[in-house]
Amino acid sequence: MTALDPARIRVILATDCGSTTTKAILIQVVDGVYRQTHRGEAPTTVEAPFADVTVGVVNAITEVQELSGRRFIDDQGRIIRPATNDEGCDIYISTSSAGGGLQMMVAGVVREMTAESAKRAALGAGAIVMDVIASNDKRKPHEQIQRIRELRPDIILISGGVDGGTTTHVVQIAELIAPAKPRPRFGITYTLPIIYAGNKDAAPLVKKALGDGYALSIVDNLRPVLERENLGPARDAIHDLFLEHVMAHAPGYDKLIEWTDAPIMPTPGAVGDILQAIARRDGINVVGVDIGGATTDVFSVFDGTFNRTVSANLGMSYSIANVFAETGMTNVLRWVHMDMEARELRNRVKNKMIRPTTIPQTLEALVFEQAVAREALRLAYVQHKAFATTLKGVQQQRTVGDTFRQETAGQTIVDNMKLDLLVASGGVLSHAPRMAQTAMMLIDAFEPEGFTTLGKDSIFMMPHLGVLAQVHPKASLEVFERDCLVYLGTCVAARGQGKAGKPCFRYTMRTKAGEQSGAVNVGDLQLLPLADGEMATLSVQPEKGFDCGAGSGKPVEREVRGGSVGVILDARGRPLVLPEDRAAASAMMARWVDALGLYGTAGAVAS
Amino acid sequence: MSTTATAYAPGLTVTPHTRYRVRRVLPIPGEVRVSVGDHAGARDVVAQTFIPGDILPLNLAKLLSLQPGDVPGCMLKKEGETLVAGDVLARTKGIFGRFKQDYVSTVGGTIESISGVTGQVIIRGAPVPVEVKAYLAGRVEEVLPHEGCVIESSVALIQGIFGVGGEAFGRLMLACQAHDQELSASQITADMTGAVIVGGARMTLEAIERARAVGAVAIVSGGLDDADLEAFLGYNLGVAITGSEKLGITVVITEGFGEIAMARRTFSLLASHQGADVAVNGTTQIRAGVIRPEIVIPLGADAGAAPSSRQRGSVLRVGAPVRIIRDPYFGVLATVRALPPEPQVLGSGSRARVVEVTFESGEGVIIPRANVEVIEE
Repeated sequence: MTALDPARIRVILATDCGSTTTKAILIQVVDGVYRQTHRGEAPTTVEAPFADVTVGVVNAITEVQELSGRRFIDDQGRIIRPATNDEGCDIYISTSSAGGGLQMMVAGVVREMTAESAKRAALGAGAIVMDVIASNDKRKPHEQIQRIRELRPDIILISGGVDGGTTTHVVQIAELIAPAKPRPRFGITYTLPIIYAGNKDAAPLVKKALGDGYALSIVDNLRPVLERENLGPARDAIHDLFLEHVMAHAPGYDKLIEWTDAPIMPTPGAVGDILQAIARRDGINVVGVDIGGATTDVFSVFDGTFNRTVSANLGMSYSIANVFAETGMTNVLRWVHMDMEARELRNRVKNKMIRPTTIPQTLEALVFEQAVAREALRLAYVQHKAFATTLKGVQQQRTVGDTFRQETAGQTIVDNMKLDLLVASGGVLSHAPRMAQTAMMLIDAFEPEGFTTLGKDSIFMMPHLGVLAQVHPKASLEVFERDCLVYLGTCVAARGQGKAGKPCFRYTMRTKAGEQSGAVNVGDLQLLPLADGEMATLSVQPEKGFDCGAGSGKPVEREVRGGSVGVILDARGRPLVLPEDRAAASAMMARWVDALGLYGTAGAVAS
Repeated sequence: MSTTATAYAPGLTVTPHTRYRVRRVLPIPGEVRVSVGDHAGARDVVAQTFIPGDILPLNLAKLLSLQPGDVPGCMLKKEGETLVAGDVLARTKGIFGRFKQDYVSTVGGTIESISGVTGQVIIRGAPVPVEVKAYLAGRVEEVLPHEGCVIESSVALIQGIFGVGGEAFGRLMLACQAHDQELSASQITADMTGAVIVGGARMTLEAIERARAVGAVAIVSGGLDDADLEAFLGYNLGVAITGSEKLGITVVITEGFGEIAMARRTFSLLASHQGADVAVNGTTQIRAGVIRPEIVIPLGADAGAAPSSRQRGSVLRVGAPVRIIRDPYFGVLATVRALPPEPQVLGSGSRARVVEVTFESGEGVIIPRANVEVIEE
């Protein structure tokens, strides 16, 4: 890797090596700003018969080459650098989630404290956490050992104890892991990397307990005192080991590591980085979601605190049957406004699971798939909210003024009323035939409150931009704003409950073209057209008992952004409650489908 | 208009004759018991090892009310020593040499470690033997030192779409007379003990349970209801990663869930090997590195050279027979009439590349290319 002068970088090539597809994008300076100009994709080639990730990378870049008319691959199959007028790039960067991504096991002393901090560090680094072992996880030691033996992690992260505290418990954890000798995923001779990020006084004892069978890295305690997390050193160690051990054992990655001008990052880690950069730059709270075939990732930044969760078995193809197993047919069908037969649907779900690449052909199949997506997203967000909390185990100093407040440590920091931007990515959201369908899947699953801008990642570019942010933040943010994010519009929703048909809020929307006012009743949805690129001033006067951001019954006025859908006024109440009776839910859903023209003539058609 | 294209089919193999190689490896290094050139039977053990035994942690500090640091000094057995149940493992110093307290071990094993930090003693049980069978009857082509071997043989090979249960071996017996005949309990007979039962269309829950009751090792048919799978497993399967279930029988479906007939060609191939000794594996993994269940029928040494392998779902071309693998025409057979190059708008409103097909009835419809798989002529 060479030192780079950001000012001289004009042509950037970036790839994301996914489990099935390798996606390449080209970023160039156009009229003085960085723009994403071309993209290409090709099947990922980690597995036989190629067993070399760079084959897929070259194929994806070759497609960019053909589309752009600019040569990137020389006769020896290498990427041409630096850029000239008509060939090559200045930097090449990549992310990777091929081969199942980074799989980790984490361990800590207390499940709700150090073990949870360790989990946060692993997830934030882009890993899938296979299990969390803790002294108080209610399993007996031999059960914990059995579990450790069954898992095949890429890396283990051990934490436990505050600096200067007791060493016994964390050493005990190490004593359980040492003889269990978990088998790594790659080859039977691979030495499993372990990161120790616990009480610094226990480090030599942990080292002794683990013996020579592991590649041990010792980093700063991720919970040096109860009141503070210090996840950075553990995260950095995870990234280093990901490259040195995990990636180096994956087919072709030794070559890819040599090619790139910045360290290869796990794909979700890169997505987290770009969302944090946006939140920081604009001073906003952001939630991002990426729903895939097997997993759903949720990212959030609230008041500067970043959290990521992976719902490992909530997805739209490989894991679609698991969404059903978790939520049940009744919960899925409440989002369906058509008649469907349960036995037939069960078989359809399983057939999608075993043939994951098939797509809905009929409107009925699409409606059903989008209903499943709502449940998958909803469950993933529930898990995220439960995880993204204030630090647990911290003693609260309470004053007389706090006497009647019930807040305790471990409260979720996810507050839908404070959410400014909700970003969608992943097949079922990105490829919905109508943008309004994407917007409604987001609103129904996440239930944003107050004023929330909705967007989607146009071509799943966030991973590329996340790794680019490491080396060229300006280019990364410019492309994010101009080419990555497609604005759907703004959702304005009232928190509170009321009787259906009674007034919920009145509104006045002022645009350059004029003024529009009206009222929305409880239980209704209304769509106000506001085109992409347009802004409007929206004043809302909620009825007593309803809150749109300023408190119950208090007026709010905000600038709102238009988009391919417009401004969605949601008076269905929060939390969103649907009738349990199938016929009543279906009728209610039919009204909402109609209001937004979800499957009919109204609503915007996707690009 | 193009006349060929790559189909997005799962690539299931159904072939009457192919050279098939399997890699049989141990989970951890061990002893390989075959040499290159050996002939292995399906049930022969080709490699074996011992996985370190189960671990029992004992917190002696707590059990004997000692300071953790005092535990090593009270141990009567040292690290690496073996013990049997009933042995005195540790004895406290007592007060003035009296009131000593013993800890008598309730388990046998080897002392793995004694910790003066936590007061914990780790006892490891007897090593657990692990054997890897040949699975495929054939010639050992390669030995992977300390890992296992590669075996190759001429076989008829049928990959299914989904299965549960692991490896099984038995005599292939037909229970249905046609590819579209439902497999019900009444077709399972008492003489099917140890057999791999082959049905036609959907197999019922009662059929699976009856097959297990008579001692059949595997049951194969075209389809299965998801509700029946749940009733059989005892839980609703969420993710298609299977093979480790202990069910007493391996279940394989060749086409999918619901009322669906086994492909005629698959049924004919299985029927032609009635009575053969076959290997079945229900292991399915539908993730990157997909694993499908399979039925492997060794053809013996005199099978001759295998023709080039034929796979379902290789090339989509005008005139090719296809199976539709998604509703609303799930399971229907058709012939490709045209392959329009431009994406078209589907009933769902999505735009996708499509294939125009004609059903056996003569009716013509448009199907997304992602929703068909090519079947062999």
